[in-house]
Amino acid sequence: MKTRYSFGGDEHIFVEVDEEMSLEAFFKSLSMTNAVRDSQIAGVAEICPANASFQIKFDPDIISPDALLAKLKTIEDDAEHADHIIKTRIVEVPVYYQDPWTHETLMRFRERHQDPNGTDLEYAAKINGYDSVDAFISAHSEQPWFVSMVGFVAGLPFMYQMVDRARQIQVPKYLRPRTDTPKQTVGYGGCFSCIYSVRGAGGYQMFGITPMPIYDPEQEISYLKEFMVFFKPGDIVKFKPIDRPTYDQILADVEVGAFVPRIQSVTFSLSEFQSDIDGYNQKLMEALNGN
Amino acid sequence: MAIKVLAPGLATSVQDLGRPGYYHLGIPISGGMDRFSLRCANMLVGNEEDAAVLEVVFMGPELEFLQDTVVAVTGAEITPKVDGGLQETWKSFKIQKGQVLSFDYLKSGARAYIAMSGGIDVPVVLGSRSTYSLGALGGFQGRVLAAGDELKLNDGGGNVAIGRSIADTLRRQPGNPAQLRALPGLYWHRISEQSGKNFFDDIWKVAPEADRIGYRFKGGQPLEFVDREAPFGAGSDPSNIVDGCYPYGSIQVPGGTEPIVLHRDAVSGGGYFMVGTVISADMDLIGQLQPHTPTKFVEVDMETALKARHDRATQLNLVRHSFD
Repeated sequence: MKTRYSFGGDEHIFVEVDEEMSLEAFFKSLSMTNAVRDSQIAGVAEICPANASFQIKFDPDIISPDALLAKLKTIEDDAEHADHIIKTRIVEVPVYYQDPWTHETLMRFRERHQDPNGTDLEYAAKINGYDSVDAFISAHSEQPWFVSMVGFVAGLPFMYQMVDRARQIQVPKYLRPRTDTPKQTVGYGGCFSCIYSVRGAGGYQMFGITPMPIYDPEQEISYLKEFMVFFKPGDIVKFKPIDRPTYDQILADVEVGAFVPRIQSVTFSLSEFQSDIDGYNQKLMEALNGN
Repeated sequence: MAIKVLAPGLATSVQDLGRPGYYHLGIPISGGMDRFSLRCANMLVGNEEDAAVLEVVFMGPELEFLQDTVVAVTGAEITPKVDGGLQETWKSFKIQKGQVLSFDYLKSGARAYIAMSGGIDVPVVLGSRSTYSLGALGGFQGRVLAAGDELKLNDGGGNVAIGRSIADTLRRQPGNPAQLRALPGLYWHRISEQSGKNFFDDIWKVAPEADRIGYRFKGGQPLEFVDREAPFGAGSDPSNIVDGCYPYGSIQVPGGTEPIVLHRDAVSGGGYFMVGTVISADMDLIGQLQPHTPTKFVEVDMETALKARHDRATQLNLVRHSFD
């Protein structure tokens, strides 16, 4: 891991903690962005953590680019020694895999896909060495995910699976991006899963759909009244496969304000996680399910 | 007390100076693409510079005024008409209850700003009245205007000098070719030295895919990448990176072919490499580029970028003091 700093014009500093994705890079980026926030540096306008990098938007009329760069480098030295322990939450996200809506959409854009004769799930299962789509869905839903970035569009979480690298799913994006993606599609590109918060263009493979809204500009959804965006970096997510009747029931519950996502507070330690990934995830599941 | 939208134009939206502070959640700053012209329009009708106005793109709306007010149109050259009578751009004029504001065809530029005394009264969402259409957020019901919409103005307009104007020496026009100064950086090292040279030497043209999210350019030579082993999580295309943040003004080049400069409604991040960033002083200019406009990216260093920024601030102050 070697940190690289670069100016994005006269108003941004882009900091690449590592070229490749890892939880170590994510945590270092998170520690640094937290430290920048805590330092309350005059002239810092926006602090945007990403998967293995982050970006600071600043006002060069208040702090010179070089002065800010020097401060960030000092903060990096401190972040090297930070304990990667965070207080966070684990959230269960119900997913209706192989749903009719993403299926209709992926068929509509088949000529933009690597495998025009299959579905996105069939393609992803095959290139990741799974015998069946069901086995692939199990791999996608059995182990939890880390929200390592929120963005692209309003409230969209990028998620990195909490398994060792050999078990990470990887799929390319569409050959050419689609012009349409259903709202709340569960997608996949590179090593990241995502949930499309709004309907729109997209290049990630489509696996299913969640009935759980994650962005509500009207702030009418019961659990989005406080703030319109649900996810933040550091959240842990567990996908739960559901069938059509459950999907419909949750939609109806959301409609009348009766749906409450399953959420539990947890503390996450990167070193403890790394020393026993499966055991640690098991404990997270126990925390989520309250037993 | 309202304005009725008889015809909406192409993509007319309510904008102010934007909504900073939420980019880390994927909610961009939004606001006028040409902030200088937006500020000028407000000054001409006696508003605070950050009052909400209408941003018009390529084609003007038709608006029926249900109250008296003072209006100014800045930015693109698109002649305003009151009940058919021609008015000047960059000059405030009166409009009376029952009159209709419409527009002639677009002569130059791309985006006009219609300020009305008092400013447009839509709810303030996350600190701004700007429209972010992709997120259905802010502005008038989170979207561009449609026929039949009724806009309200804030009280407190009035006591405004009719005929107040801004000299054309204080305005700014894109050159021919348009010149966008850019600071190389970010993932600049991913392309060959020759490609880097070509990027700044070539004449590009604004592509039809040019909107508030970003401006695409065509016609330059494809970029040649430096070999690498794809980093884990980046994707196999040489233009892919592990998804990261995109600066406003950053120049991404998916597949190495067509550069896209992100603007006020930017997607906040993604997996395409960027060769650098258009400097803050030239962001307004992008908002005035029509499709097919020949454009050159001009390489500058940080010192030049900061000097240009300072010059723009000086220019804005000249406008402010021109009313003294």
